[in-house]
Amino acid sequence: MNEPIVVSDELTKRYGRRTVVDAVSLTVRRGQIYGFLGPNGAGKTTTLRMLVGLVRPTRGSARVLGGRPGDPSVLRRVGALIEGPGFYPYLSGRDNLRVLARYNRLTDADVEQALDQVDLRARGGDAYKSYSLGMKQRLGVAAALLGEPDLLILDEPTNGLDPSGMADMRDLIRRLARQGRTVLLSSHLLGEVQQLCDRVGVIADGRLLTESTVAELRGASSLLVRAEPVPRAEQVIAATLGAVDVRRTADGGLQVVTESDRTPEIVRALVAAGVEVHEIRSFERTLEEAFIEMTTHAPQEEMAR
Amino acid sequence: MIASLRAELLRLGKWPVTWVITGVWLTLNLTFGYLFDYLSYRDAAGGGDQRLADALLSQLSLAEVPSTMVTGLPMFGSALVLILAALSTGSGYGWNTWRTVFTQGPSRLSALGGTMLALAVVLVVFTVLTLLVDLGASSIVMTAAGQALAWPGLGALAKGLGGALLIGATWAAAGALIGIVARSPALSVGLGLVWVLIVENLLRGVASLLGPLERITDVLPGTAAGSLAGALGAATDPEAGGAPGVLTVLTGAASIGLLAVYLVAFLVAAALVVSRRDA
Repeated sequence: MNEPIVVSDELTKRYGRRTVVDAVSLTVRRGQIYGFLGPNGAGKTTTLRMLVGLVRPTRGSARVLGGRPGDPSVLRRVGALIEGPGFYPYLSGRDNLRVLARYNRLTDADVEQALDQVDLRARGGDAYKSYSLGMKQRLGVAAALLGEPDLLILDEPTNGLDPSGMADMRDLIRRLARQGRTVLLSSHLLGEVQQLCDRVGVIADGRLLTESTVAELRGASSLLVRAEPVPRAEQVIAATLGAVDVRRTADGGLQVVTESDRTPEIVRALVAAGVEVHEIRSFERTLEEAFIEMTTHAPQEEMAR
Repeated sequence: MIASLRAELLRLGKWPVTWVITGVWLTLNLTFGYLFDYLSYRDAAGGGDQRLADALLSQLSLAEVPSTMVTGLPMFGSALVLILAALSTGSGYGWNTWRTVFTQGPSRLSALGGTMLALAVVLVVFTVLTLLVDLGASSIVMTAAGQALAWPGLGALAKGLGGALLIGATWAAAGALIGIVARSPALSVGLGLVWVLIVENLLRGVASLLGPLERITDVLPGTAAGSLAGALGAATDPEAGGAPGVLTVLTGAASIGLLAVYLVAFLVAAALVVSRRDA
């Protein structure tokens, strides 16, 4: 349990002089829901394509379930939905899965089970071309589930879905994770990653900026204090809490890096010192703020170096 | 490979294009191989031109079925087989089904092998149906004309079937290769048709004026296919009722050898592209 099942080492892909993925080293452990987060065009899909052997890396290497990406013995244990579903439009959803099942000597019972998992059994006989976008996406997940894979690699699985479809897809991914499957999913939707993932890798401009938990990514917890006069409040807080980070915010508040359980202590000290306390509350960076900060500053820092 | 073949047979068997193309070929084959000749025979017989009537009836006889079934292949049959194969591989890029298949577990060569074998099975069905339809049409014509049914020998039937399969397989492999290289059904069909119906014929026309070019046109796949049909007895002169594309440039053995070389070359090239190119 918890052993790494996807490990990439300096994975790089260049098309001509353009580097699309630049030395990405990531690790996904068994049982995790790993979110691969990045803006559109960051290199997420190309990285995933390399991990399933659709694209050969220009440099670097990867091991998936202990084997080479794209090796048939590895792919039989991986379910993948890359760049949206790709099916024969003239076949029914069920027949599309039967075609894929035959490639791996799976039975029609396996097909029905996969359709059940994505709630498509009742519409399985309808032509694929008549499916809504959400149904097509679910059929793509059903194809990925054929053969009960250990690892699911899902590229933007909620892409194009309406809010209810997105919620259904998230429920499905959670259910699959509870069944013991490891899920590596890419997304540019921060809320989705925040809700679903145990661990996150952030990619921008082809470079992996960080790998951490969502909590780590959002940073240390802090308090927002609005009190007057501000310089006096700053002194009192520093004297009360000792060596903590106290920063002035742009709108005249104070951001105090400390746990929220120290709030009563701070209020008491400020009041005792005659400082007027207008507001004190938890101040947490959202994942979105952390992400924007990281993806806008990091490439500039890289360039400056 | 057998698993891939079963998968591809399921999807090709349920693909309307497979049956539309087979139906179009059978209709063309019946129309140009029997209907027009039969109507001409009726006209000639009714007009008192017994020599022409006898010649036409002879072309419609059961003994001529092995050559009739390959008569339309060098041009129309080849074009239709090429379209089917180009669509079957090229569409996989348009629909992204290759990508889906490649992430499911079969090796790329196994998946391509399944497609090629399934196309071969479709080609066998296509050819056997042609033979049965031609035998049926000829029997009806001979019975209507009050002639005895003299069935062709098994050897002649085997040669006709084998020749038709080799011509069809070569153009199917060419179509599959073009579909894979072009990654697009529309572009691959367009390129294939331009080559089969226009470029080879234009080159042969120019070659009659430029000697060195003739050495090249003599070894083109269309020349080999046309020569094999000619060697199997298909009429060569379009103005005397023969079919366009049927030639006598190469001997039967040389055309079989050349078609086999093209078949292998197209398959190897397709396998190399599929296995080495990013999907």
